[in-house]
Amino acid sequence: MEQGPAGGSAATPAANATAATTATAGGTGGLLLPLSESEQQRYSELFSRCCPPPEAAAGGSSVGELFRASQLPPDTLHQITEVCGAKRAGYFGPAQFYIALKLIAAAQSGFPVRIESIKNELPLPRFMALKNDSEVRYGTPAELQGVKFQVPHATLEKNSYKRTDEGDKQEPTSPPMSPICSPPASPSTYQRIPLSYGYGKSRSGLEQQRGASYEVRHSTHQQDGPSSGNYGVKPVLAGSALNRSLSVEREQQESSSHYSDDPWRITEEQRDYYINQFRSLQPDLNSFISGSVAKNFFTKSKLPIPELSHIWELSDVDCDGALTLPEFCAAFHLVVARKNGYQLPETLPETLLPEYLQAASLKPVHDCALFDSYSESLAGSQQTRDFSRTEKTSTEEVPDNSTLLQDGKKDDGQALKVSTALKTIPKEFQHLTVKTAAQESNALKARPRSRSYSSTSIEDAMKKGEEPPTPPPRPQKSHSRASSLDLNKIFQQNTQAMRSGWLPPPPPALPPRPSVSQTEQPSEVELHPQMNRAPSQTEENSAAKKEVVLAQPPSKPARRKLRTEAQGLETPELSPTINVTSSLPAAKPHLPVQKQSSKQKRAIQTAIRKNKEANAVLARLNSELQQQLKEVHKERIALETQLEQLRPVTVL
Amino acid sequence: QNYPLYIRSVPTENELKFHYTVHTSLDVVDEKISAMGKALVDQRELYLGLLYPTEDYKVYGYVTNSKVKFVMVVDSSNTALRDNEIRSMFRKLHNSYTDIMCNPFYNPGDRIHSRAFEHVVNSMMMQVC
Repeated sequence: MEQGPAGGSAATPAANATAATTATAGGTGGLLLPLSESEQQRYSELFSRCCPPPEAAAGGSSVGELFRASQLPPDTLHQITEVCGAKRAGYFGPAQFYIALKLIAAAQSGFPVRIESIKNELPLPRFMALKNDSEVRYGTPAELQGVKFQVPHATLEKNSYKRTDEGDKQEPTSPPMSPICSPPASPSTYQRIPLSYGYGKSRSGLEQQRGASYEVRHSTHQQDGPSSGNYGVKPVLAGSALNRSLSVEREQQESSSHYSDDPWRITEEQRDYYINQFRSLQPDLNSFISGSVAKNFFTKSKLPIPELSHIWELSDVDCDGALTLPEFCAAFHLVVARKNGYQLPETLPETLLPEYLQAASLKPVHDCALFDSYSESLAGSQQTRDFSRTEKTSTEEVPDNSTLLQDGKKDDGQALKVSTALKTIPKEFQHLTVKTAAQESNALKARPRSRSYSSTSIEDAMKKGEEPPTPPPRPQKSHSRASSLDLNKIFQQNTQAMRSGWLPPPPPALPPRPSVSQTEQPSEVELHPQMNRAPSQTEENSAAKKEVVLAQPPSKPARRKLRTEAQGLETPELSPTINVTSSLPAAKPHLPVQKQSSKQKRAIQTAIRKNKEANAVLARLNSELQQQLKEVHKERIALETQLEQLRPVTVL
Repeated sequence: QNYPLYIRSVPTENELKFHYTVHTSLDVVDEKISAMGKALVDQRELYLGLLYPTEDYKVYGYVTNSKVKFVMVVDSSNTALRDNEIRSMFRKLHNSYTDIMCNPFYNPGDRIHSRAFEHVVNSMMMQVC
């Protein structure tokens, strides 16, 4: 146990210690607690931490946290509180506090909680993790938020000067004060280090920072072999982007953590940090990070692979092997939380859902439920051809169709209503479309990567547009990896094929509705016909026909199944939106939603213009994608035959 | 090497016996695969062939395009289980499996520890039993 008070702070602890002993003597009615030098220092440290200097008594909550950090059972802690006299006095004065600490030490050494035990020579009480950590971990989420946020930042800063172990004490040198915790478990050490660093660096930001002492402790820990080793891990997590985002973090550090009581809520600084990290991996914020890239990135955090695997499972909600920005934020947040000792939840907390995160970043006007269904529809929409439309329509739909969504009916009538509702696009939705665009691009993840680029361009074009038709919902399991020859790919291709196959049947002149009755996935296809499919129709036809024929039987059940899955919800709304778009130019909406009738007309006209532009772009995109689809399909067939020939019995 | 990626039985008393059954049925599955020839591997195969004399249970097999085999052993006394249900169960399994494959931290060939997968399997088995 390192002793020796820090140079600067030595005086105060010593002074406090002396005062403490006397106070102790008085407080316990004559019980003279012999406090050794180290104990005095330690206790005064802890006491000052728990209660700001001017006050005479330690705050109950911070004391409670500290006690919990000692990892004693609650009964013992209650006992200790009683014995030390805090219960009687009603507060934790210095005397009570010191007695309590002594009792904690006794309890940890296995002695019963009695006044007598503390008369013995006892080691310092051990508190799990640094005080900082304990407070962070068990304290208010606000702190935790701040800490979690700090972790990467701290490491970032540290990164610049200490990439390796031991080494350099950037902090005020001063001989290390006695560490707050005696040997903690190594995992906690690892967690502690970043946290403590975070605290040290974010001192200004966080309320409870005590300045020099913390940094000293940090340096202390740095000296520890394992800790420094562990520390080295944290900077790796930030990776190359650390240096780049250093400045960002600095400013972020200023703002202190806040947020209520939800450790799964991402604060603004954290979000900004995550976004920067995302940028370092993928410059396009609306696109996604591929699985391998993300894997390398998160592996740097040195979390065990099963945990990373679980984090991925939680955060990749659409199961496509890639992380969009909100998914990435959620994953990063989970990693940070895990590092700080939080157990991973079994299911993704509501505040980490992608739609929630996107909504939050957009100054959501709607409640989360809306976005849940909304994102559902977005995720469902596979056909990105009609990007813009999807964006708008889906956005629009969200509020109007939330109830419809719940029903999950593929009701044309409803779709019609929805579509009309779409036409009225309240101004507030417009900003949502931006995010929708992002989500749309996310929805495209399953597609070949090249699509993302076109999608973003489309999004830009579409941003102003209103009431874009929603793309058809995409099959739930979409695998972007060409190597995967499993049936999902077949389904996906088939569904795509089916969709494109439907293009010819409903020519642009046809109202969107009819397609619904044709197949299970009518709406998706309708989009395309209306969107000037003429040029690409022929090639799509050929491609679609071939694929349709090939995949007809299996795809039908597959599609049906896909339908019944989450997609079911999306289809109805999506189709309606598509229908809406198509009917838009045709007829004026006879909306049940006539809230913004005046705005509607203006909006509709603008939308029509924008949509036409979008149409052209989407048509081009569609043809390209069809080509890709054909090629991929051919590849697949070739590979399958090869597989059959070469390896009749394979392991995997 | 047909090592199991995941194995689970609900009534756990005769677990070892079920493991053995599954293993022996792998041979039959392989046989069926090779018999397919050049045709595309059928999505699912109703595998009613193996009826153990004393125990009277049915073994169903299912093979994916990437030659991952799913084997399901059900009690014959449970006549409520129809072919469709078996198929849908296999489909669900297949979907869960593909979700696992999406996870970049999962190495193909590893044992499956995914909680989502286990959840799906558990719910399916609870449904049946």
